[in-house]
Amino acid sequence: MTDHALVDDALTPHDSFPFDPRFAPTHPPLSAHEAAVEANRCLYCYDAPCIQACPTHIDIPTFIRKIATDNLRGSARVILESNFLGGTCARVCPVEELCEGACVLNAEEKPIAIGRLQRHAVDHVQGRGLQMFTAGPATGRKVAVVGSGPAGLSVSAELAKLGHAVTLLEKRELGGGLSTYGIIVLREPVDVSLQEVEAVRALGVTVETGRELTDQAGLDALLSEYDAVFLGLGLGAVPAMGIPGEQHLIDGLQYIEDSKISPDSLPDAETVVVIGAGNTAIDAATIARRRGADVTMLYRRTDSEMTAYRHEYEFALSEGIQYRFLTQPVRVISDGGKVTGVECVKMVLGVPDTGGRPSPRPLPGSEFIVPCDAVIKAIGQEKPVLATELGLDVAGGYIVVNHDMQTSLPRVYAGGDCVRLRGTASTVMAVQDGKYAAVAIHQQLSQTQEAPHG
Amino acid sequence: MADLSVNFAGIRAPNPFWLASAPPTNSGAQIHRAFEHGWGGAVWKTIGAPVLNISNRYGGLTIGGQRLLAINNVELISDRPLDVNLREIAEIKRLWPDRAVIVSAMVDASPEAWHEIVMMIEDTGADGIELNYGCPQGMSERGMGAAVGQVPEMCELNTHWVTSITKLPVIVKLTPNVTHITEPAHAAIAGGAHALSLINTINSVMSVDLDTLQITPNIGGRGTHGGYAGPAVKPIALNMLTELLTDEGVLRSGVPICGMGGIVTWKDAAEFLLLGAGAVQVCTAAMHYGYRIVEDMIDGLSNWMDDKGFATIADVSGRALPQMSSFGQLDLGYQAVARIDPDKCIQCDLCYVACNDTAHQCIDLVAGNGVRVDPGYDVRVNGRAVADTRPMPVVREPDCVGCALCANVCPVDGCITMVGVPSTQENISWDALTAQRPEIATSWDAMMAYRKEQGIEIH
Repeated sequence: MTDHALVDDALTPHDSFPFDPRFAPTHPPLSAHEAAVEANRCLYCYDAPCIQACPTHIDIPTFIRKIATDNLRGSARVILESNFLGGTCARVCPVEELCEGACVLNAEEKPIAIGRLQRHAVDHVQGRGLQMFTAGPATGRKVAVVGSGPAGLSVSAELAKLGHAVTLLEKRELGGGLSTYGIIVLREPVDVSLQEVEAVRALGVTVETGRELTDQAGLDALLSEYDAVFLGLGLGAVPAMGIPGEQHLIDGLQYIEDSKISPDSLPDAETVVVIGAGNTAIDAATIARRRGADVTMLYRRTDSEMTAYRHEYEFALSEGIQYRFLTQPVRVISDGGKVTGVECVKMVLGVPDTGGRPSPRPLPGSEFIVPCDAVIKAIGQEKPVLATELGLDVAGGYIVVNHDMQTSLPRVYAGGDCVRLRGTASTVMAVQDGKYAAVAIHQQLSQTQEAPHG
Repeated sequence: MADLSVNFAGIRAPNPFWLASAPPTNSGAQIHRAFEHGWGGAVWKTIGAPVLNISNRYGGLTIGGQRLLAINNVELISDRPLDVNLREIAEIKRLWPDRAVIVSAMVDASPEAWHEIVMMIEDTGADGIELNYGCPQGMSERGMGAAVGQVPEMCELNTHWVTSITKLPVIVKLTPNVTHITEPAHAAIAGGAHALSLINTINSVMSVDLDTLQITPNIGGRGTHGGYAGPAVKPIALNMLTELLTDEGVLRSGVPICGMGGIVTWKDAAEFLLLGAGAVQVCTAAMHYGYRIVEDMIDGLSNWMDDKGFATIADVSGRALPQMSSFGQLDLGYQAVARIDPDKCIQCDLCYVACNDTAHQCIDLVAGNGVRVDPGYDVRVNGRAVADTRPMPVVREPDCVGCALCANVCPVDGCITMVGVPSTQENISWDALTAQRPEIATSWDAMMAYRKEQGIEIH
């Protein structure tokens, strides 16, 4: 049946978040006809590789077939059953590295636009406020989830579906974690993320914002009140670079957050330097570029060692963002409190480091200045310092978990970026962590007849 | 360059592509434009009894986003005044002397009515008459069209009324809405028809709209059956063509057959010609894309004929017909198996599921190390690289019955081919076998004994 009429603009930006046309989504939503044509191009593979390639193993051929048969509600249900954050993942997933990269049509023509089809189906239900799931019969068990990013939302939803009473604690004012604060509007408007928080709430999850876990006593309190605790802490701020003029550096994540929540507060700059070459660095650079600045990214290695996805790098180039490789900033130069440039040194690549990437070293006497009036740093995030505070085993600063996402403490689970020691940290991995944790917590709660906190 | 000209029952045309009697041939202005595009002939939209049309008139069949894989219509014969049609027919024939201008007619089943219309058609200078005994909707309820074509006696009588008074070639257009297409064909031949054409449209109800619950096309809140045509009907038309051209009575008469039903491209037309059509008619494809499609029909057919070394349409016509056989005469000893080309396979596994669920369970999934594996995957592994280690579908040839389902579902051209293989079975037809050993057809014991003898194992 044709119930597409409302779809395409169903998720228009929320009044409370100013919309800047320069940050309009890179990929507009598919029209109903485009979606039908694309869905019909899908071969409907059996035991399809895209299903396995997706970390949450969405039954992609089935949801696409449902789009082709005009069963959009059924399609969205298939997606959200495997991935409660299907709306976010449709926008932010590196599909080239996952489902679309595994599509059998890569061999023949171009892969199916799985991400955009997923968005088409999920927008259909989220734009209408349709809830696909209901809470399971109450088990009387209680779980606290700390952090409402993708991992926290995922575990909360899965546990609520199983009938457990979930309280989701979020230190910020808005739920959604990085989806709300850290993904640029071009890829995901705030509203999409907030709708996912609302969907969790609709399952009966109690979402308490402004609640921060800060110490061991806090965890103990949670453990005495709840049967299990899940930590979806995320990571910290962008680390300090330890260079003169540090105080002038703009935190890349803060910059992205401001662009979403309070774009008027972004500094006006004609020439911007971004330090780093990961996906967050590209996001920050994109905002600056879309605001009209000349943007140069500085990276101490070369394009072969960048952590950004290839398609992100190509996107940055297509935006007109410039790169300077083998360049290490050593000092921010300012005049009367105003940034005028970054002093850099040329680097050469040496022997591979422990991570397998060649370690760069400065070339003596090669100092030079890149003039600019703003400098953004996006060189990764601080490890979750709270983890040690809570007495959890950590490795390389990340929380150690087993296959069931269980930490070194009984009844304490963790997932998302804060456990991502190996592999790429991404929304979809965090969602899957939440699913694994929910299964394990459910199993734990089903085995124990009585709440251990008595 | 191949000569595409045809002489069909004395009607000459520069090529075998004629527009069928239908909306594309509704008026002189349209046919003039069609001839400018290169159509070799046109059968004027049926003239005759006075009619009133309705709207909506068409329902379309869309599958997988592909529009108009078939069309159904509840439009009647020409609703333009008879004198206007006749004047325009004469004008078109005068302007286009080299093209086939054929007039389709349908009147009440009486010798007077036919006499009157035939005389008027002769006066136009048209090259031939096509008797519309096929129209399945609207006219049949009034005792015309299919109502004539479905009753052999009526078919013969009406045809006779026409052939006995005209010097023009008379083509009888047959309805497919019969059990045996040969019966009206015999009747038409007995009535003196010079040629046959088929198929007219098939009775159909197109669809029900799932939002409004109304039948499509919706005619003021009601629906009715209509005539079904377009690409989806081609195999039905090809079958009826071969039924006629393998029938002794039809062959003895020597009447040529103009083929139609679902012709969209030169390739479709070539298939009709190979199965014995002397010319072809086209409607739905022109209604979908306009008259311009004839350019590639002429170009493509001509290039193909050059490639194949066919100089004339007569060289092509009927080339594939001798293969037509009855089931009882097929060789039971012929054995083919499916072969999957691993270099072309994209591992969509559509062949695997088709064979496993609905055929003979003889395709295995084989991992890189040569080990047979079940479908499924390790949930802890993800990322695009999973595509690099997918198992390959491989046919277990001794168990393959050669049904060719896998080759038909495979989306990659030339990836799965059906290959003839040596067989332990004798080369004998069912008819010959059961003539020698009739008990095989009636006793499972005898059948099993024969299978054992021949080394036939069916699992």
